Amino acid sequence: MATGTEAAHGPTPGEYIAHHLTHFNGTGGKQAALVDFSLVNYDTLFWAVAMGVLGCFVLWLAARKATSGVPGRFQAAVELLVEMVGDQAKGLIHSPESRKFVAPLALTVFVWVFLMNAMDFIPVDLIPRLWEMIYGGMGHDPHHAYQRVVATADINATLGMSITVLLICLFYNVKIKGAGGWAHELVSAPFGTSKNPILAVVLGLVNFAMQIIEFAAKTISHGMRLFGNMFAGELIFMLIALMGAAWTGYNAPSILLFLGHFVAGMAWTLFHILVVVLQAFIFMMLTLVYVGQAHESH
Amino acid sequence: MNLNATLLAQIVVFLAFVVFTMKFVWPPIVKALDERAKKIADGLAAADKAKTDLALAEKRVGEELRKARESASDLRGGAEKQATQLVDDARAEAARIIAQAREAAEKEADAAAQRAKDDLREQIALLAVAGAERILRREVNAQAHADLLANLKQELR
Repeated sequence: MATGTEAAHGPTPGEYIAHHLTHFNGTGGKQAALVDFSLVNYDTLFWAVAMGVLGCFVLWLAARKATSGVPGRFQAAVELLVEMVGDQAKGLIHSPESRKFVAPLALTVFVWVFLMNAMDFIPVDLIPRLWEMIYGGMGHDPHHAYQRVVATADINATLGMSITVLLICLFYNVKIKGAGGWAHELVSAPFGTSKNPILAVVLGLVNFAMQIIEFAAKTISHGMRLFGNMFAGELIFMLIALMGAAWTGYNAPSILLFLGHFVAGMAWTLFHILVVVLQAFIFMMLTLVYVGQAHESH
Repeated sequence: MNLNATLLAQIVVFLAFVVFTMKFVWPPIVKALDERAKKIADGLAAADKAKTDLALAEKRVGEELRKARESASDLRGGAEKQATQLVDDARAEAARIIAQAREAAEKEADAAAQRAKDDLREQIALLAVAGAERILRREVNAQAHADLLANLKQELR
């Protein structure tokens, strides 16, 4: 498809979207295989680290000067956040020892996911266009300058996080119930066991299969939910951007599309504020719920 | 939605941020929150204590006032009694002095009257002698008639 004439006339809508949905992974194009662990999406990694550092830095600024006296507005705001996360953690995880790790985990998840999601509010073409200039300036082909700024719209980021949560859940399963206790739970829950040895083996296999399915379903749905929401949000921003991109001069269709771009862009951004915060909150709550479940015996 | 090594990198990055938050963000903020909660609780307790202390102090003040008022009225009663006693004593003393003075004066007056009567009697006797002399035209020997005069004086008494 990529021919000289298209490059001269600008991309078609399909090409525009495809270009915006391609990660900067060092290959200069789309990843060919569905799974390829030799590649890294540098853009996702960069923005994820940048948002994490920003979030941690802001929290650290508040923590550094935290005083038990009269708090300033900034400290009060961060305290509000900490209190909210702390209350949720208290409600879902009853072990104070575990909360020392899990409550900061939940705070990190909330702040980090919120900031990564919030990258959606930056105009969809701004950073990719700047990156095109930088990439071209470095002597590469600017048509292959790929840049996606919403890290949570990359399945690798969200699944990476949900798998981390899974690992933490497994850790707490062993820590709270002991290796033997957890192994027993794996083959005896949710259907119980039997005195009859043959039936016990059958039930054990079924229970074990159910447990594996449960863990897999939790982890995949945890990561996919956030990814799906943010991916869809990003895609709709791109589609809205196409309306303005259809500008051909001062004629009625162009002006109407321009107005449409403005109105739809504003409406979707306002709605997306809700989605961004809600998804961050849901991701945090599910993290707490899953870790809390790891503390409970069936 | 292709999977690649970003997923593994994300796990490492995630854990690094969690550890940072756990070490440097969460503890100071939670510590500040807990300390503030304790301060507020202490402040409220202190306010309650101050209130009960104040009530106690007010009660004690009332008690003291009542006691002071009682002792003051006792004192006043005693002083009044003492004053009346003093006045009564003085009055009795004065009456006694007056009576004494009157008695002395009466005694003196009686003595003076007696003396005057005696003088008068003497002079009357002399006058009577002189009168008799003149009547008799002769000299009466006072010595010779001393007994007579003495009798006369006795009679005039």
